[in-house]
Amino acid sequence: MIYFISFLIFLSLLFMFGAAVGLLRLPDFYSRLHASGMLDTTGLLLFVIAVSAFCLWQDFSVNTVFLVIKLIFIAVFIFITSPTATHAIVDAGIRAGMKPWKKNKMEE
Amino acid sequence: MDNIFYYSSVFIALIMFVSLYRAVAGPTILDRIIGVNAIGSKTVPLLILIGLMYERVEMFIDIALAYAMLNFVAVLAASRYFQKRKGLDRE
Repeated sequence: MIYFISFLIFLSLLFMFGAAVGLLRLPDFYSRLHASGMLDTTGLLLFVIAVSAFCLWQDFSVNTVFLVIKLIFIAVFIFITSPTATHAIVDAGIRAGMKPWKKNKMEE
Repeated sequence: MDNIFYYSSVFIALIMFVSLYRAVAGPTILDRIIGVNAIGSKTVPLLILIGLMYERVEMFIDIALAYAMLNFVAVLAASRYFQKRKGLDRE
């Protein structure tokens, strides 16, 4: 069980590291937003699964079940709000007239 | 198990510093908003890890939920405010 939880936490940290690398290295603001929004949500989902498995493994009682319900509520909330925030930022960029990045700018 | 939580919280703090570079030195305003959003979305697992280390998860989960809501409202308000402005691609 402890290996399963450690593996899930390692996987979520890997996803968050990928989000940070994408945030640093990608050329455009749209692509940076894509990397950050998608990978952060996946990392948080894996992390919540790991923490709820750990809490249920430590002691199985009514309090822990309520705690796991709260954790699932956090995951559902993030899954609703993170795409909304991403869409709002992209909408601001489109309306301000920012052009997406292209590979060969000289050929246009 | 405590060591795993300790090292992963340190790693998340390092990732937040990496995102802080994008928030400070981003070329446009929207890049800064993305950096702030990335830092705020990593606050939730960091707070849950702190709660696991202090063995008071049921208190820290409420704080994490409040931080998630605050981050969402902040990003939405900032992007709506900068929506009508021209010249977002300049410095």
